[in-house]
Amino acid sequence: MATVDIKNMEVVYERPKTLINKITTYCPGCTHGTAHRLVAEVIDEMGLSDTTIGVASVGCSAFSYDYFDCDFVAAPHGRAPAMATGIKRVKPDRIVFTYQGDGDMISIGTGEIVAAAARGENITVIFINNANYGMTGGQMAPTTLPDMKTTSSPHGRDVKKMGYPIRASELLSTLDGASYIVRRSLHDAKNIRKAKKAIRMAFETQVRGLGFSMVELLSTCPTNWHLTPTDASNWLEERMVPYYPIGDYKVHPVLNEIKI
Amino acid sequence: MTREFWKGNEAFAEAAVRAGLQAYFGYPITPQTEALEYMSHRMPELGRPFLQAESELGAINMVYGAACTGARVMTSTSGPGTSLMVEGLSYIAATEVPMVLVDVVRGGPGLGNIVPSQQDYNQMVHGGGHGDYHQIVLAPASVQETVDITYNMFDLAEKYLTIGVVMIDGSIGQMMEPAEMPPMLEIRKDIPDWAVRGGKGNNRRVKTSIYFAAEDMEKTNLRMMRRWQQIVKNEIRYKEYFMDGAKIAVVGYGSAGRIALSAVRTARSQGLPVGLIRPISLSPFPKQLISEIAEQVDSILVVEMNTGMMLDDVLCAVQGKTHVEFYGRSGGVIPFPGEILKEIERISKKPKKDGRHPRDLWLERMESISV
Repeated sequence: MATVDIKNMEVVYERPKTLINKITTYCPGCTHGTAHRLVAEVIDEMGLSDTTIGVASVGCSAFSYDYFDCDFVAAPHGRAPAMATGIKRVKPDRIVFTYQGDGDMISIGTGEIVAAAARGENITVIFINNANYGMTGGQMAPTTLPDMKTTSSPHGRDVKKMGYPIRASELLSTLDGASYIVRRSLHDAKNIRKAKKAIRMAFETQVRGLGFSMVELLSTCPTNWHLTPTDASNWLEERMVPYYPIGDYKVHPVLNEIKI
Repeated sequence: MTREFWKGNEAFAEAAVRAGLQAYFGYPITPQTEALEYMSHRMPELGRPFLQAESELGAINMVYGAACTGARVMTSTSGPGTSLMVEGLSYIAATEVPMVLVDVVRGGPGLGNIVPSQQDYNQMVHGGGHGDYHQIVLAPASVQETVDITYNMFDLAEKYLTIGVVMIDGSIGQMMEPAEMPPMLEIRKDIPDWAVRGGKGNNRRVKTSIYFAAEDMEKTNLRMMRRWQQIVKNEIRYKEYFMDGAKIAVVGYGSAGRIALSAVRTARSQGLPVGLIRPISLSPFPKQLISEIAEQVDSILVVEMNTGMMLDDVLCAVQGKTHVEFYGRSGGVIPFPGEILKEIERISKKPKKDGRHPRDLWLERMESISV
């Protein structure tokens, strides 16, 4: 049997240093893992792990503080932007980011996120939109698509009774305090690469003191969608992307000059 | 130092600044707003963060974030705002980080009104937020006492990694009195070991209120309870007036206690054997003291600006050892010394021992103003 000499091989792919070597609580096929990895890669590349404080939220990502190798606090449901504000105001030289799901950020935490963005709070928000409440077992979220079935809209989301989904990126991009608001998707490799660039740009926004930045990441929830990971990715592309268009909703002019 | 004329709300704000306050987050609400307004110029003037939050929910969670970094941080509010903040208070308690809250209590429940009251007693003393936790609640009765208590509350909160509440009613917040300000302390330079600051590997710190394993949550609750026992042992505060030879003890805190003192003075000048106990620490409550007093006096009269909240704690401490009566005005009505004097005179004439609950007897006497 031939042996492989790994000494002279170039490492092209490895676990980011800011991602702790630990099995996560996330379901197989869920894109939280992907989003975590991208954030950790960006922190590595920018050399920020010594100066970053993360703010976890309530939902599946409540335990995200167990997976990132940097300081972390855990916020009450929806309040992560307020907690991040408190940290950033007393530690303006630290990098502060929140990691929030859709129920957390744009349902119970709508007040906090809108206020933080309007203030131009110099923090970064990673917003996971998977169109349902994952942690509690797949209930209707503000982001649940019209007619989409969930455990609390068993016959589909009837917009006449349950209202319409909120497009958070479009909403926040109307605020003068927001400097970088984009939506990306995690359903395939090409989009994942684009998502990483956006996360990098969001952290660059904060490092440069340009104000509020948010990256919305369209994400899968195979367990609660009752789909295989592959089908979930396809469903995201076919159903979610048309309703939540991928794009740059607000980009501070200074950021246009940054090449990544 | 000289005595200056200070408005209560501005006085506690300046006292906090002098205690080395590193950040203030708040939201306007009457009768506390002057504190927020004062901070809005005073803190930036010293290069320290001030932020008017989008709500009390926002404010308390900003405090929570800053507290996790080990900064001296506070907020101030009143009843309806306190209700919004109790979510955050529960999380802050469970995370075991220190902070100071000044609650300038107004009439309620609901939106109620904006006049002085002691309606937040149960909320602040017996919980408020969900879960197994306690917080220190001190109730001053003058502007000077509010200054001194606020100034020292940060040390207490940090010593025990707990929430320190300064509970005053709207009248103390709104009135002006001479007060001497304590010296200006320097902002603390060191960071407590437990505080987040940005760090990885062995230097990584996490502040959370999540203990997913029930055993871990129980351990945390027991740790907090043991710390609370230390607080109960070390931090009971009260003042006694005219208790020598007293056969009637009036018990009242804050403004109610101060008004009761006027009544007690007059009663003493009439030769009535009455004294006053003014609890300052409502949590921890001076149970032992009340228990001892119960053995010495014929009657205890509890006076509050609510429908009898501390009354229950007094009854618990008295354990039937003496006759207890209650007099309260609620909804923002402040009792006059004459009303309390009348109660003292009535009790001194014929102490009733009919076994009924003091609140029931009081309600009967209040019939004339009931609808």
